[in-house]
Amino acid sequence: MESLEKILIQHPFVEGLPSEHIQLILGCAKNVVFEPGKYLFKENEEANSFYIIRSGKVALEIYSPEVGSIIIQTLGEGEIIGWSWMVPPYQWRFDARAIELTRVIELDGTCLRNKCETDPSLGYEIMKRLANVFEQRINAMRIQLLDLYGKK
Amino acid sequence: MDVMIPTTYKVQKFFKETHDTFTIELKSIENKNGFSFEPGQFNMIYIFGVGEIPISISGDPNKHGVLVHTTRAVGTVTREMAKLKKDGIVGIRGPFGKPWPIKEAVGNDILLIAGGIGLAPLRPVIYHVLSHREYYGKIILLYGARTPQDILYRKELERLKSRLDIDIIVTVDRAVKNWTGNVGVVTTLIPRAPFDPINTTAMICGPEIMMRYTIVELLKRGLAKENIFVSMERNMKCGVGFCGHCQYGTEFICKDGPVFSYKEIEHLFGKREI
Repeated sequence: MESLEKILIQHPFVEGLPSEHIQLILGCAKNVVFEPGKYLFKENEEANSFYIIRSGKVALEIYSPEVGSIIIQTLGEGEIIGWSWMVPPYQWRFDARAIELTRVIELDGTCLRNKCETDPSLGYEIMKRLANVFEQRINAMRIQLLDLYGKK
Repeated sequence: MDVMIPTTYKVQKFFKETHDTFTIELKSIENKNGFSFEPGQFNMIYIFGVGEIPISISGDPNKHGVLVHTTRAVGTVTREMAKLKKDGIVGIRGPFGKPWPIKEAVGNDILLIAGGIGLAPLRPVIYHVLSHREYYGKIILLYGARTPQDILYRKELERLKSRLDIDIIVTVDRAVKNWTGNVGVVTTLIPRAPFDPINTTAMICGPEIMMRYTIVELLKRGLAKENIFVSMERNMKCGVGFCGHCQYGTEFICKDGPVFSYKEIEHLFGKREI
């Protein structure tokens, strides 16, 4: 577990968390590797994982019968994937597919949720960090929606 | 020489870059000495009988024999330009404007951030820094395009990517499954881009909204305002500060710009009234 701890504390998402919080998170964590083309999860499946990307690249996709899979966003080293584990009904809204060899720390969603309920200081820290990610992604998505490079 | 009188150039080459962008290579008919410019400068291009527009120079500043412009067929003049063929004649006035700070940036990491057709005015910087490689630290290009099909200079970017002394990161706003590159706006590349914020000169060119959010991210990374440069665009007519069409607060984009440091124009940037 020591090596997983070393890996985890280097990730920007947990940077600055006190050691007792790191230990709580580590209790829900495992190291997972996804080959290119493998899905981390698919739309409508039960969302019970939170992924902290160590390396590689993952595409978030929506499937359209007319077009096929449309990539909404790609995420890579230093980023996180998934907050549906925190929000009822705990179902994934997108597909997530590794497009390169991708190494992640996978946190068990139920385990982490329970620890956040029991220890509100951990819950608040996680929520603050997730809110920061929400803010960045919503801002990016808003700019993306503007179709800035299209014809005026 | 009267700066208001165009000199004639002949089209040597014309090629489509993407479905709506094209590049023309021009050679002077009157001036055998070729054409000198600094990266970031622009020309007024006259399509006879149609009109005159400002377009940034996108060729190699070390090659004086040929003048290169890339643009998008989007208005009356550029749509006529898109119909030009080999040996077609255009009028050129220029070069005009303040260039990118390539001399001031010596010793620094060079961070180039382009959106869409905004890569064209930055291409001369790439040529310059690569031909004077030892004077600069890391060279990083972050480029955002609409879709993989809209990536400008794609083959050239692929060739440059194989060099070990430049980092090129491309992202697109939309893609389908066979695209293995990045998807997302160009600003999302900034937090993890490999540059030293203390010793970096950033040069940004793209739609103004993109530049605004790019600056926000660069400031978050710790870049100083005086090390962030943008290329501004307004309706330019004379190109030399006579007519006032491109007035931007107390500045004229054509004469005092188009390249400004963010520190110079922070008080104007994003102001709706200007």
